[in-house]
Amino acid sequence: MSSLLKITDLHVSVGETPILKGVNMEIRQGEVHALMGPNGSGKSTLAYALAGHPNYFVTSGSIDIDGVEITELGADERARLGMFLAFQYPVVIPGVKVADFIRHAVSNIRNPDRKEGEGLVPMREFRREIRERMEALNMDTEFARRYLNDGFSGGEKKRMEILQMAMLQPRFAILDETDSGLDSDAVRVVSEGLARLSGPQMGVLIITHHERLLEFNRPQFTHVMLGGRIVETGDASLAHELHANGYATVRERHPEAAADNAQTVAAVTT
Amino acid sequence: MTTAAIDINRIGYSRDVFEQFLAERVEPVWISDARREAFEIYQSLLQSELDPEEFKRVDLRVFNAARFRPSSVKAQTTEISTLLANQTEYGGSIAHVDGQTTHSHLSSQLAAQGVLFGDLLTLLIQHRELLEPSFLKKAVRPDADRFAAWHAAFWTSGTLLYVPRGVEVELPLHSLIAHSRDGIAEFGHTLVILEDDARATLLEETSSINNDMAGLHVGCVELIVGKNAGLRYVQLQNWNQRTWHLAHQAGNVDNNASLQWTVVGLGSRLSHIHQDINLTGRAATAEVNGVTFASDHQKISYYTQQHHKAQGTHSDLLYKEVLRDESRVIWRGMIKVDAAAQQTDGYQRSDALMLSENARCDSIPGLEIEADDVRCTHGATTGRVDEEQIFYAQSRGISEKEAMHMIVEGFFQQVYDRIPVEIVRETLSRTVQGKLGIEALAAV
Repeated sequence: MSSLLKITDLHVSVGETPILKGVNMEIRQGEVHALMGPNGSGKSTLAYALAGHPNYFVTSGSIDIDGVEITELGADERARLGMFLAFQYPVVIPGVKVADFIRHAVSNIRNPDRKEGEGLVPMREFRREIRERMEALNMDTEFARRYLNDGFSGGEKKRMEILQMAMLQPRFAILDETDSGLDSDAVRVVSEGLARLSGPQMGVLIITHHERLLEFNRPQFTHVMLGGRIVETGDASLAHELHANGYATVRERHPEAAADNAQTVAAVTT
Repeated sequence: MTTAAIDINRIGYSRDVFEQFLAERVEPVWISDARREAFEIYQSLLQSELDPEEFKRVDLRVFNAARFRPSSVKAQTTEISTLLANQTEYGGSIAHVDGQTTHSHLSSQLAAQGVLFGDLLTLLIQHRELLEPSFLKKAVRPDADRFAAWHAAFWTSGTLLYVPRGVEVELPLHSLIAHSRDGIAEFGHTLVILEDDARATLLEETSSINNDMAGLHVGCVELIVGKNAGLRYVQLQNWNQRTWHLAHQAGNVDNNASLQWTVVGLGSRLSHIHQDINLTGRAATAEVNGVTFASDHQKISYYTQQHHKAQGTHSDLLYKEVLRDESRVIWRGMIKVDAAAQQTDGYQRSDALMLSENARCDSIPGLEIEADDVRCTHGATTGRVDEEQIFYAQSRGISEKEAMHMIVEGFFQQVYDRIPVEIVRETLSRTVQGKLGIEALAAV
């Protein structure tokens, strides 16, 4: 049976500022969802809240996987339950080699009860696996020896996110603007990579301003976020329409959410 | 504020202690005479304050010299845990316990090439003409400061490495300085002389036989690197946390020679190392690496000086410090460039990573430049573990603690990458993991 990630009336604050004001969404394994919305609408907040960032406080509502509440769990515990976030701004960890980092991550995900110091996935198999995955993403296997994201270009960082996703094989993957800041070649590589990986075993939430990633990964559902709420849900044609026409009509249809959105943007930028 | 009368017995040794020490030693007059000379310097330095520039942050108030005495009793040679012994093949090894040499070995092949390696006193007596002109005369002088003078008067055992002209020693050599009994004052000396075109690697470590006894090390390291020679020297300080470590260390690097010097500070209650890198010959180079991991109430202090004395010299110092609990680390670094030392390139950097709110780190770089055509840069950073790094690792299923440990190891990795001796890198990585509390270790 496929798993279900269910977000119910989720309210999230950053510091004292409420950002999400009652988000509802259901993502089933195997589905592709697109999340669109103007700046300040709360897309990245939703991504961080799902991943379990300690600075994003869930003030009410819930997140569960197959009825198991994960709202109180730490980010590592969520990851071990199959949650994955591809970061908009991947973090640099100097001195930690890509291969070592991913090997530890894979060991924890595949053996969720693993404690620090306990066995890692066997080196030989791990090496073969990561090499295959890197080749599939057109990555130089030398990257495995480099320090995590240290000195990587924007495109290299995003590919590194997709590589980690490929190695960890999550049940639910959230891609936070994985296509931003990339040239069209890089977008194509990342999009194709994602398309190869997504399938019946993975539910995907693609957060994007653009439509490019969605050309390769056609969503069954498109959600529009405004003022911390999902104001509209449609199919792939909604994404297309928003891409063509922008958010003006959405704002007109939802004046209250649009006002909230403007307020959030003002609060964040001042 | 009035200055209280200096209590000699608290900060050092009186004449009575010295006379008793001398009476128990069996050694040539020229050595005793040198000790007496050093003791007079010591007595006068005891009357003056320590240089505030170097010592004002080093808290010696609770230090009590009377608690520690040199020993003439035959040292116990029971098992002493070491980090480096038996980890690789060595060309020779030596061990000193409580200030006495308990073991010394040099491969017959190296001995046949004229390499000298072993107990300093024995070799000083056997090769006086060769060694006397260098011992406590070129790199460290007894009048350098109170601790150098104290050491010069009381030096006990020591490691000597002498490599003749053109001889390249492939295998590293190992030296162990250990304490086995409570209350021991030990004055170990390390003298390395590389003649022109010679090459060698010396790995030295310190160790306490258990965690309970208190000890005092007033040490001295002299590294004299001849023209076109290359020396790699590692000192891994791993005393228990009841040991005082006070050391004056200096390396002289001649024309086109290179010195790669790695200082590791893991143990001790309080440690202060004065480290001089003297680039005395044209185009001499020195790379200095520091790895320090302080925990509990440890206080670890460094005063480093990269002194460019000749044209076209190059120095590069990178110290990395990790602090946890209520530990304190002090690094005061100086690059000095003499007027004659044009076209020099000096670099120094110290990065500290704080794992606790209650730890404290002072990093103070400095430059003193008298030449006008030089490139000197310095930097110091102090930071905490970045929460975004932790979250990123956690979002990959890595626990907060494991993430923190990876970040700490990564922090040190940058300096490990500069250490060319693999077993040192491996040993450091393992020891740091141990200090982080990672018990079972997965082979990577």
